[in-house]
Amino acid sequence: MTSGKPQIEVRSLTIAYGDFVLLKNLNFSVNRGDIFIIMGGSGCGKSSLLRVLTGLTPISGGEVIIDGLNFGRASAERRNEIMRRCGILYQSGALFSSMTLAENVALPLQQYTDYSEKLIKELVDFKLALVGLAGFGEFYPSEISGGMKKRAGLARALALDPEIVYFDEPSAGLDPISSKLLDDLIIDINKSLGTTIVVVTHELASIFDIGTNSVFLDAGIKGIAAAGNPKDLLKNPPNEQVLQFLTRGAK
Amino acid sequence: MELQYSLDKNLLRILLNGDYLGFDDNQSREDLLSQIRNGNAARIVIDAAGLRKWDSSLPALIFDLSTAADGRQIKLEYQNFPDSLSKLTELARLVDRKPDRRQEEKLPWLETVGSFGIAVTQAVAAGLSFMHQTFLSIGRFFAGSAVMRRVDFLFALEDCSYKAVGIVSLVSFMVGLILAFVGAIQLKNFGAQIYVASLVAIGMTRIMGAIMVGIIMAGRTGASYAATIGTMQVNEEIDALKTMGISTQDFLVLPRILALTFTIPLLTILADFMGILGGAAVGVGMLGISASEYWTYSLDALDMTNFTVGLFHGLVFGVIISLCGCYYGVNCGRNADSVGKATTQAVVSAIVWMIVATGIITLIFEVLGI
Repeated sequence: MTSGKPQIEVRSLTIAYGDFVLLKNLNFSVNRGDIFIIMGGSGCGKSSLLRVLTGLTPISGGEVIIDGLNFGRASAERRNEIMRRCGILYQSGALFSSMTLAENVALPLQQYTDYSEKLIKELVDFKLALVGLAGFGEFYPSEISGGMKKRAGLARALALDPEIVYFDEPSAGLDPISSKLLDDLIIDINKSLGTTIVVVTHELASIFDIGTNSVFLDAGIKGIAAAGNPKDLLKNPPNEQVLQFLTRGAK
Repeated sequence: MELQYSLDKNLLRILLNGDYLGFDDNQSREDLLSQIRNGNAARIVIDAAGLRKWDSSLPALIFDLSTAADGRQIKLEYQNFPDSLSKLTELARLVDRKPDRRQEEKLPWLETVGSFGIAVTQAVAAGLSFMHQTFLSIGRFFAGSAVMRRVDFLFALEDCSYKAVGIVSLVSFMVGLILAFVGAIQLKNFGAQIYVASLVAIGMTRIMGAIMVGIIMAGRTGASYAATIGTMQVNEEIDALKTMGISTQDFLVLPRILALTFTIPLLTILADFMGILGGAAVGVGMLGISASEYWTYSLDALDMTNFTVGLFHGLVFGVIISLCGCYYGVNCGRNADSVGKATTQAVVSAIVWMIVATGIITLIFEVLGI
C-alpha cells in the first residue's frame, strides 16, 4: 500500500529533557501508506519519539515535517490543523470514562465538523462496526474489556478519516488472540483506507506481521541503530543488538 | 454530490456518481431505508462506476443500507466498487461479537424499599467495618506492630500542618471580624459594645474556631486524601498492597488519621487566636474600644473549659475528616469519574458528620453541665 512518497520526515531530531539528551540526530522518513514500526528496548525513547511526533513534547532540535509542513515550527493553530489529520491510539485506549463509546467516537466529529446529528450517528455506528464493536455504542468504557477499549479508542482515532494513525504499544496488555485481531485490523485499515500507520511497539509478532518499514532505537548510541523492513533486518541484522532483539535473545 | 436511485420491478438501483465527501443527504438516506424496510425492493444494486472521491460518510451510508437489507433478507450487490471501498464495507460487516448487556429490571415497590434498606444496611456495615479496622490499626500502632512508614506520616503531617496555616489564619480572622460586626450591631442598642470582646472570645474558642478549621480541612485535606487514595485504586496500587499482604489501613489510613488528628487541635488554637484578633480589629478600629480594654475583657471571658471543649471538637473533627477521606478513597471505583465522586462524597460526608457530631457533643456537654 506504500506509495514511496514521504509523509513524515524527521531531520536531525534531538529529544532532550533539560540537560539530559534522550535521542539525538534522528533521520528517517515514513512513506504514505506505510506501516512504520518504531522499535527498541525499554527506555530507548520510543514513546518519547511518539510524543514529539504527535506534538505532546516540544522538539529540542531538528525538524519534523508532516506533508511538507514543518510541524515543530508551526503555530499552535497550524499544528492543531495538522493533528486533526492524525489519529492516535494510546496504550490504554484513553477513552473518557464519563462518556459512552458512541459519545467518545462522536466527540471529534462534533468538535471539528458541521455534520448533522444523524450523519454523526451514522458515522459513529460505522466506525464502531469497523473495529468490531457494532451495537456497543451505549456501553461505558468501564463495562468492556481491555481489548475492546483499544478497539473503541481506534474507532475514535479513525473518526475524522485521518491520513496518519499513531499507535502506542497497541498489543500491551492484550492476550495473543486479541493482539492478532488488532494487528489484522491495523492491516485492514491500512489497506482499505490507505492510512499511514506509525506503531511504537516491542512485540515481535506484531513487528513482523504488520511492519513494512521500521527504525530500531538504541539507548546506548541515543539514536537509530538500524532501519528498514523488519523481515529484512532479521535476515541481515546490522549488529548483534538488533539480532538479539529480533530473535528474543536467541544464541 | 447526489445519490441517484430508482426502483424498477422490485430492483432498487443506486448509482454513485462524483464525489462523496461529508455526504449528508438525510432525505435520500431515509427514502432508501424506507424502500428497503417496507419491502418494496427484493434486490438492491449499488453501482459505483461514476464514483470519484469519497470519505467515511459513503461506506457509513452503505453500511446502514446493507444492515437494513440484511434485516429484510434482501440481496445486495456491489458493482464497479473500488477495492478499498468494498474492503472497508466488508470490514464493518464482520462483527465478531454482539453485545450482551444485563437489562435493568423494574422492581415492585416493596422490593425497591427492601433493596434500599439492604443497601443502606450494607453501607452502614461497610462504614463500621472500616472504622473497626482503623481502630485496630491504631491499636497495632501503639503496640508497635503497624506497617506504617514514618516518611508517609511526615508527608501527611507536612501537608496538613504549616501548609494549612495561611488559609486557616485568613478565614478565622475574617470569621472573628464578622462575629464582632454582627454582635456589635445588637450590643450597641444596649450600649454594651465592650462585650463584643467576650462574645468573640467565647464563640471562637468554644466552637467556631474548631468548626472553621474542620470545614477548611475537610475541603483541603479530606478531599486530597480521597483523591490520592482513589487514584491509587485506579492505578491498582491498592490491589498491589493487598496482594503483598500489607494492610491498607496501616499503610494508607493510619499515617493520615494520625497526622490530621494531631494537627487539627493545633490549628484550632491558631484559629481561636486569629478569630480574637479579627474581633479586636473591629472592636479597637471601629467601635472605639481601647486595645488594653479589649484584651482584658477577652481574657476575662476565656476559660479553660471553653478552650478544652473547642480542642475536643477539633480532635473529633480530625478523626471524622480523615476517616471520610480515606474511606471514600479506598472504596473508589476504577475510573477518573469515580475519583471525582469519591472526592465530593468525602467532603460532603465529612461536613455532615462534623455537624452531627457537634450536635451530639453539645447535647452531652449540656447534660453534663460543661
